[in-house]
Amino acid sequence: MKKVLGLTGNEAVALAAKQCDVDVVSAYPITPQTIMVEKFSEYVANGEVKTEFINVESEHSAMSACVGASLTGARVFTATASQGLALMHEMMYIASALRCPIVMGVANRALSAPINIHGDHSDMMGSRDCGWIQVYVENSQEAYDSVIQAFKIAEDPEVLLPITVNLDGFIISHCMEGVEVLEDDAVKKFLPERKTDFKIDPDKPLTIGPLCLPDFYFEFKRQQEEAMKNVPSKVKKVGIEFGRLTGRTYDVLHTYHVEDADAAIVCLGSTAGTARAIAEKMRKEGEKVGVVKVMLYRPFPAEEFRNAVKHLKALAVLDRACSPGAPAAPLGSDVKTALYEMEHKPKVFDVIYGLGGRDITPTDIEDIFNCVLQTAETGIIEQPVMFVGVRE
Amino acid sequence: MSTKEKPGWKSLPIAAIIPEPGSSMKYKTGDWRAFRPIIDLEKCTGCLLCWIYCPEPAILQMEKKVKVNYDFCKGCGICAAECPVKAITMAEEGAK
Repeated sequence: MKKVLGLTGNEAVALAAKQCDVDVVSAYPITPQTIMVEKFSEYVANGEVKTEFINVESEHSAMSACVGASLTGARVFTATASQGLALMHEMMYIASALRCPIVMGVANRALSAPINIHGDHSDMMGSRDCGWIQVYVENSQEAYDSVIQAFKIAEDPEVLLPITVNLDGFIISHCMEGVEVLEDDAVKKFLPERKTDFKIDPDKPLTIGPLCLPDFYFEFKRQQEEAMKNVPSKVKKVGIEFGRLTGRTYDVLHTYHVEDADAAIVCLGSTAGTARAIAEKMRKEGEKVGVVKVMLYRPFPAEEFRNAVKHLKALAVLDRACSPGAPAAPLGSDVKTALYEMEHKPKVFDVIYGLGGRDITPTDIEDIFNCVLQTAETGIIEQPVMFVGVRE
Repeated sequence: MSTKEKPGWKSLPIAAIIPEPGSSMKYKTGDWRAFRPIIDLEKCTGCLLCWIYCPEPAILQMEKKVKVNYDFCKGCGICAAECPVKAITMAEEGAK
């Protein structure tokens, strides 16, 4: 029988991490992530898990402890957001380069200044190039499902990269929804104990993290690029296997009414739900609109993306982050880069919205759809980068 | 060995791991040296202050006195600075 629990996104992540039988958690509290690790610390205090919970004085130390633990062959989980993620930035590069399959829940939050605790993607986009796999979820169910899959993807010997599961701060992290959960045994069967070919072991000493000067450094970055290339196929494989277990199959992208659309919205995270609701409404009114939800953001599934949108006339890419001075915001840049090599490609404009937790309303989405439909019809892009929801 | 002759990313161990312990002994750093320490054994009292201070460590303890391991000595000059009897002098490498 299906078991459904009322869980916030944060609680869903904590429960998934618990069922994944993690060996070590090292984390530092920060809004809006705190409940992920607070809930997990309750499991530890109640003796529900055998996990070693390492309390630290900062996120920099949290990630450092996670790296050390992961290198002993342990399964490691942590979580952070915003300034905490920024403070981890340096260690995140080390986690990926030392090939530590750490899973980290990120309740995405704006970066200071001005200080703000609400949801946007500036934090993760600021660490976009840190070599981590990055998955964005739409709701608590996806948060739960993605954490379980994340360990399996990250620990694959052809991947061995850390992964962030990103959920929109407050919008998902604090929103309670019905979440269909698996039995502990089912998770255990899906995700066997971590196996590793190399680890810190006093009986078999080895050197990890040596100095690599210009004659060797480049080769190891090239290895990381190769590992990233292996990720999309693994995500799909794990997603299908997860689907067999739960009925919820995961992929690198999710498309909604895109097959016969003229125009579509491309977005990450919770906004996809609103976009689909509006697309459905507009479909009934005869408008050929669709939604592309990018679930795997790093590595960016460029080939799958091109295939999904090749027949479209126009795309509006929604970015909940900005990259001041760049020709487009992060997702917009990736989309444009992915499409560049196509001979016949959709017209693309970028929409920056929702910074610092500013709400994106159904009316905003409908306006964007109307705008992208107009571009589809005329082939003219009025503004390459639009700001939606900001006061002039 | 030139950079081009070194192993490529496909054959190197993952994550720059060095699976063999103690391999730093194979990486000789003596060619970093610009000045080489020369010990005047007539003056040397065998006090071992140079042996204590050498960060490498590249001062080898002999029966009574010391000698420099030029395979690893980087020529920092700490030994010469610390020697209480001025038995160590730093000579420029390659100078005649």
